[in-house]
Amino acid sequence: MSNLGHTIRREFPLFNDPANQGLVYLDNAATTQRPRQVVEAMQDFYYHDNANPHRGAYRLAERATQSYEDARDKVAGFIGAASSEEIIFTRNATEAVNLVAYAWADHVLQEGDDIIVTEMEHHSNLVPWQMLAQRHHASLRYVGFDGQGQLQLDQFDALLRLRPRIVAVTQVSNALGTINPVAEMIRRAHAAGAVVVLDGAQSVPHMAVNVTELDVDFLVFSGHKMLGPLGIGVLYAHKRLHSAMQPVLYGGDMISNVDYDHSDWNDMPWKFEAGTQNVAGAVGLAAAIDFLRDLGMDAVAEHDRLLTGYALEQLQQLDGITLYGPRRNHGPAISFNLTGIHPHDLATYLDQASIAVRSGHHCAQIVMKKLGLAATARASFYIYNTLEEVDRLIAGLNQAKDYFKKWL
Amino acid sequence: MALDQLYQEILLDHYKQPRNKGVLVDPNVRLELKNPFCGDEILLTLRVDDGVVTDVAFSGHGCVISQASASVMTEKIKGMTVQQVKQMAEQFSDLVKTGHAETVLREGGDDLDAFSGVCEFPTRVKCAMLAWRTLLQGLEHHEHQHHYLDDEKSRATD
Repeated sequence: MSNLGHTIRREFPLFNDPANQGLVYLDNAATTQRPRQVVEAMQDFYYHDNANPHRGAYRLAERATQSYEDARDKVAGFIGAASSEEIIFTRNATEAVNLVAYAWADHVLQEGDDIIVTEMEHHSNLVPWQMLAQRHHASLRYVGFDGQGQLQLDQFDALLRLRPRIVAVTQVSNALGTINPVAEMIRRAHAAGAVVVLDGAQSVPHMAVNVTELDVDFLVFSGHKMLGPLGIGVLYAHKRLHSAMQPVLYGGDMISNVDYDHSDWNDMPWKFEAGTQNVAGAVGLAAAIDFLRDLGMDAVAEHDRLLTGYALEQLQQLDGITLYGPRRNHGPAISFNLTGIHPHDLATYLDQASIAVRSGHHCAQIVMKKLGLAATARASFYIYNTLEEVDRLIAGLNQAKDYFKKWL
Repeated sequence: MALDQLYQEILLDHYKQPRNKGVLVDPNVRLELKNPFCGDEILLTLRVDDGVVTDVAFSGHGCVISQASASVMTEKIKGMTVQQVKQMAEQFSDLVKTGHAETVLREGGDDLDAFSGVCEFPTRVKCAMLAWRTLLQGLEHHEHQHHYLDDEKSRATD
């Protein structure tokens, strides 16, 4: 299994580009690289099957439609959705959360309602709820996390007694690496009558996620964090919510009938996909899913565990390091700081050694505020990373400590 | 090593012993800015009297580049006219983006010149500019207020 990174790398042209010789890419929580198969699938679509789907009566348009709807079927199968009409394509996870807010929540939320989020949400699963709460004079309430980066479930239970309308929670934290017990949280939220919006941006790429087993109401994720192209994302919406959802964007393809003074909407999911869609993006995402399925999501998760476990073990041994997040059952994004070195300076230093890590607040400023920090450094892994790259990171951090010693 | 061009000794000195760190008691210009990219924050307080910067202080937190830049800036602009400050800001911006500086900056001395290495690190230009952007926006607010007050005064005497 430790060889997965080595064998798989060959499929990623970016790593074979001489300009990226020796690159240690550890910013996978931000975006992943794409294998040849994904880019080729998109090229094939443009070279052989390109037309405007759902419109033409000619065979080429039918092939374009087929490509697009096949991609939808593939996504549905990948996350265990009961039907493809539960899959709405968006630009990314952020747009998908906003779509839930505008298409569904705006029509059901009432003044004085409660919305539960957690302190570890990415801005994309937080700001839309803040705005929603403002629009409806609802209350936004936070579940905190402890010193190990674990959600405080006693707080969650207490908040559920308010009988909130919405619970929005991330399955895996991009800033702390926490893997949340969402199956249990969904069960408890449903028992309290809430609808659950699950942020799968950091989980769907890394582990088997089954919406039917989870019985989740909404799930969002982005294609580009799971080997797919930029600009394609997914909103899964359980069928039981469909009747309460109204279109947000109006125009072509989302209608079934247009009259002088009124219009009727197309069926699910197309009534939420106004205008010509990112078909090549959907095709690329389908190819990414094929790629991941060939590996097996269990193998992907196992590789994450191997690299993350090894990295945590090595990082802990560094003098002056502070690790944030859980000690066990840690997702593949590791946040840390080295005493006296600002993460931005650290990232610049590591970049000189061709090691790409993220520095900043990771679009999770509430996490930073809670920890009393302005920023952390973050290394995040994916299938093409290797144990040797973890060693390179550790060596780079040791050298950085040496370089910045005089600054302390 | 390119890194040594970025992290020059003068920056080290300013980072370790920042000049004019703190908050003025009686400022007439006050502005807080954040770099949303990395979370760096700066609070700048100034005293501007008759178009001259008579006192300045900065507080906040951030990386070596942003902190050293703020420290050097406060040292340079004290005693300058607002016009001179704006010109220096423009030239400093050129310096960190291109590595080249115009005359005014040269006269400003080595401390500003030490930021010429930033141009090799495009992601760090924002760090070097944070204090200067804050300064320019603060001065702009200040000028607007003054125009407003001047207008009020002239109206009152009509």
